[in-house]
Parts: sequence; C-alpha cells; structure tokens
Amino acid sequence: MKRFATWGVLFALLIPFALVAGPAVSGAVEQQALNLTAIYMFVAFVAGTLGITYWAAKRTRTAKDFYTAGGGITGFQNGLAIAGDYMSAASFLGISGLVFASGYDGLIYSIGFLVGWPIIMFLIAEQIRNLGKFTFADVSSYRFGQTEIRTMAAISSLVVVAFYLIAQMVGAGKLIQLLFGLDYWIAVVIVGVLMMVYVIFGGMTATTWVQIIKAVLLLSGATFMAIAALSTFGFSPEEMFRQAIATHPKADAIMGPGTLVKDPINAISLGLALMFGTAGLPHILMRFFTVPDAKEARKSVFYATGFIGYFYILTFIIGFAAIVLLTQHPEWFKEGAIVNGALVDVKGLNGGTNMVAIRLAEAVGGNLFLGFISAVAFATILAVVSGLTLAGASAISHDLYASVIARGRSNETTEIRVSKIATFCLGLVAIALGIAFESQNVAFMVGLAFAIAASANFPVLVASIFWGKMTTRGALIGGFAGLISAVALTVMSKAVWGDVLGNVGADGKPVGLIFLDNPAIISIPFSFFCIWLFSVLDNSERAKTDRAAFDAQKIRCETGIGAEGASDH
Amino acid sequence: MQQHSIDAIKAHPRYQELICTRKCFAWNLTVLMLVIYYGFILIIAFAPKLLATPLSAGAVTTVGMPIGVAIIVSAFVLTGIYVARANSKFDALTKAIREDLQ
Repeated sequence: MKRFATWGVLFALLIPFALVAGPAVSGAVEQQALNLTAIYMFVAFVAGTLGITYWAAKRTRTAKDFYTAGGGITGFQNGLAIAGDYMSAASFLGISGLVFASGYDGLIYSIGFLVGWPIIMFLIAEQIRNLGKFTFADVSSYRFGQTEIRTMAAISSLVVVAFYLIAQMVGAGKLIQLLFGLDYWIAVVIVGVLMMVYVIFGGMTATTWVQIIKAVLLLSGATFMAIAALSTFGFSPEEMFRQAIATHPKADAIMGPGTLVKDPINAISLGLALMFGTAGLPHILMRFFTVPDAKEARKSVFYATGFIGYFYILTFIIGFAAIVLLTQHPEWFKEGAIVNGALVDVKGLNGGTNMVAIRLAEAVGGNLFLGFISAVAFATILAVVSGLTLAGASAISHDLYASVIARGRSNETTEIRVSKIATFCLGLVAIALGIAFESQNVAFMVGLAFAIAASANFPVLVASIFWGKMTTRGALIGGFAGLISAVALTVMSKAVWGDVLGNVGADGKPVGLIFLDNPAIISIPFSFFCIWLFSVLDNSERAKTDRAAFDAQKIRCETGIGAEGASDH
Repeated sequence: MQQHSIDAIKAHPRYQELICTRKCFAWNLTVLMLVIYYGFILIIAFAPKLLATPLSAGAVTTVGMPIGVAIIVSAFVLTGIYVARANSKFDALTKAIREDLQ
C-alpha cells in the first residue's frame, strides 16, 4: 500500500510539470493550445480510477484475483468491459475519420470488426470458459505438452501484444499532443506510468473497472454527439445524407462502396483477419475468465456485441454529420480546404481526419464537451493499453514462468510477483517503443496484430477444442507456421516493404513484393494445414496421450463438469 | 476425471443429445453469419453499384445503408438467439447430466 501511495504522489507531481512543459515545446505534429477543460476532466477520470485501483488493490490477494478479478464479474459488466477493450481510440477516431473521408467505406470497415463476435459466441466463448483458468494458453495447451504449447502461445501472445501496444502508444502520444497540448514524450510517459499503476496494484479488478467506466463514458458521449448532430438535420438521416453529398468533394460516391475494397481477394483477406483475429486476441480472450461460468460468458458476448454494434452505428452518424457540420467552421481547416462552403480536400482538417470526432464534439457541444470527449479519448487509450499489458504480463508469468520455467513448482505468491515485475518491464518497453516509433508509420501494426492472432492463436485454439486428432507436434508447428507466415507476408506487403522500408517501383511509388495487404487469406489456411499434416503424421508416444485425453476434455468443454475446481483455486 | 465417469457421461443419452443439438445449432448459426458477411463482401467486390442504388427515385439514401445497419443488427440478433437457446435447452440438458451423475 505504501508503494501505491508513492506512485500516486509521483503522478500528482507529474501533472503540474506536464502543464508547465506543455506549451513551451512544439513537436512534429502541430500542437494545440493547452486545453485546460480537457485536462481537468482527465485528471478527474484519473483520480476516480486511482481510487478504484486503491480499492481493488485491497481485494487482490490470490493469483485468481490478480488475473481474473476473482472470477466475480457479471455477464453484463464483462460485456461492457469487452466493449471497452474493443472500442479503442483507433476505432472511435479512426472510423469516424474514415466515414468523414470516404463515407460508406467506414461502415464496411466497422462491420468487419463486429462480425467476429457472433463467431466467438457460437464456437469458443463457453468452451474457453469451461476449459481455461487464467490465459487462453490454458485452453490451447489443455491436453498437450505444456512446455511446447505454452511457449508457443506465450510468444505469439507477446508478439500480438507488442504490435498492438506500439500502435496504441504512438497513437496516444500524437493524439494527446493534439488534444491537450502536451509534449509527445510526456503523453507516452503518462499513459505508460498510469497503466503500470492500474495493473500492478489493481490487477484485473482495476483493469476491468477502468474499462467499464471508460465504456460508459464513451458510449454516453458518442450518443449525445450523434443525437445533437442529428437534431441539426431534424432527425432525418435522408436530410443529413443530402447535405453531406452537397458538401463532400466525392459527392454521391460517399453513399456506396468506394476504394477501401480494391479486389475480392484483398477484401476477403481483410475480412478473415478482422473476423478470426478478434477470436485470437489474448486480452479479449482473457476477459472470459473473469466471469463465474459458461452462462455468464455467453451473456457477456451478447451484451458486448450489442454495445459494439451500437457504437459503430454512432460513429457512422458522427462521421457523416461531421462532413456538413465541420465544413461550417473553415477556421478548423487548412487554407484552401473549403471553397464557397464546400469541402474540397477531406485531408485539410487540421490534425488530420483523426480529429473529426473531436471537432464535431466542439461543434455540437462547445468547449466543455470538447474537453469531455478529449478526456474520454485519453481514458480510452489508457484502458486499452492496461488490458493489453495485463494479457502480456500473464503470458509471461502464468505461461512462461509458472508452467515452463518453474514447471508447475512455483507458488502463487511468486507467480504474482513475476507478473507484477513483467508488467513493470512491459510498461517500460511500451514507453521506450512508443518514443522510438514516434515518427514511424505504425498504421500496419494493428492489422498485423489481428493477422497474427487469426493465424497463430485462433487455429490452435479451435483445433484443440474441436479436433480430437490434433497432437502436440501438430499444434506447435501449426502455431509457429501461422505466426511466421503472417509476419513474413506482412513484411512483403506494400505497407511495410514500400511505405516503411522505402522500396519504390518504376513510377517512384512505394511497392510491395506481393499484392496482398493482409496475409490472413494465406496464413490462416497454412496454419490449419500444418496442424493437420503434422498431427496425422505424428506417431509419437506423446501423440497417443494427446489423442487419448480428448474425451475428458470434450466433456468438460461441453458441460463444464470439472471446471468449477479450476475456477475456484 | 476418472475413466469410468468419462465412459458413463459419454454413454449418457442426454450428453449425446447435448453434443448433437449444440453442434448443429452453433455451426448453423456460424455458417449463417459467414454467408451474411461474405455475401456482403462479395457484393462490394463484384457489384458495388447495387449498394449505391437509391432506395427510391429522388431519394439520396442508398440501398447499402439499411443493408449495412441490418448486418450489424443481425450479428446482435444471432448472438441473442444463441443465448436464448443455450440458457433454456443446453443448460437444462447439462443440469440433467450432472444430476444423474450424483
């Protein structure tokens, strides 16, 4: 508790320092004037969540408390927390920006993010709850060689977490620089330090409640914004669309599919990565262990799907309304972006299209609401990185340390300590990488995280649940095949080979070695193929044990018989 | 779990029923969701004009708008259907198996 107080004091010292340091230096991104309303609201959010962390710290004693909030979260609460994990700043600001720039394409994109949820529900949610304890590797290694499968699962989890985390940290730094007028590195340090405090002291309990609060704030803020925006069109979507077409440079092309989907292969590949990647993200899967049983697990997916779907409809309205309402404020745009009341350059918004939702907040709710939405965006990043870090730390402490290094001979106290040390180290790494990648193009990283989750985690998870003939060797080779092929194909794609590594074609434009933007259409089937091939060829002693254990696993998986013991450790 | 209780559960008629109905139901819903989503993606890839058609003459709202919203709603409704069925039928079967074993 003393250490907690120290952290609190450290942070309290950091704020006024940040306030002073903010406007004095200017970074690469054009920095806003210091936004005091936003900062006060954010400080209120931080104070509230630190209070919760203090409360959670007193309740966090066992490994079960630390990893899964004691398994005492209800389906509804978990649904909100899952939605909170999923509604990142990238989807709130990114998708509303995409709708603003391209119209209908934004809706196509958000649908891809949503449809993974029913699949999770039908195929894996209850099964995961019945089989697992703290991490999804509990499930994929259930009847297999612990050392091999847990090592593989931990590596792919850490790779997914690392890419996702870098993308979030860089996004956080830039966004906060814009919204609050703070320096990039200060923003990254604040996010990193707060995240460490939540996770180290409050474990999953604090992380869950930070998610829930943020989800409620984000959903209510977005609802208010969408209603206020619609009211200026007399609550008629038809009228909103009509005025948007009259304002937008692409005119009525914004009302149908545009350039997001280039060809069927790329469209399907992106769809596969989004759909099955969701079902392989370690921080999302971990949320299923916070509920007491399979019934609450399925309820959480139901509520989460509802909240996320509702949220995407709101971002769509926000993006479309912004086309009309932001154009009425030429002072927010670069010179020449608005001519005679019409938008001629969608990229002309100061700060880029990520600022669309933020500016709309100012347009419909004034400075106070601008401050509120800015603070919510900051809180969103904080909540998402906390969930990611906890998932990464659990892979290190529960899978690598307790099961592989200590081979099951460690005790709970040591395991929690390792987890906290891992959180601290991950926090430092996240801050360092966030600062190192400041001026890098990180746009491909979230796509890569989804592709790896879909190609390494998802196939092994699904095959271990449904296919009795899978063996340790098949799972190990299949998992690594998915991981390596997803990374290799992404490196060869235009986003990395051309945009990041600077390879250009004959016309001087960035090029890729392959035409695929997302590797999923090759890497997912490749992983499944390797699982199949190396399992059927496997005649080892280990393979016999693996196959023989399937019946018992299936019974526990389907009925939950035997699962109570595991959740009540 | 002991081998004899594994065999007992495997032979239990309610267990057979649970496995069979849940498998059919879950995979049917999965296929339905995949058909809805990839059907939408294929329309975008091969017939994007279809979605850009106005709902009625003179209107600006296109067919794609209600279709997009309907897919979002369908994802929610399908999960709801699964929960309703699992909460009643599947949980009842599981409960029956557990009681028989005690």
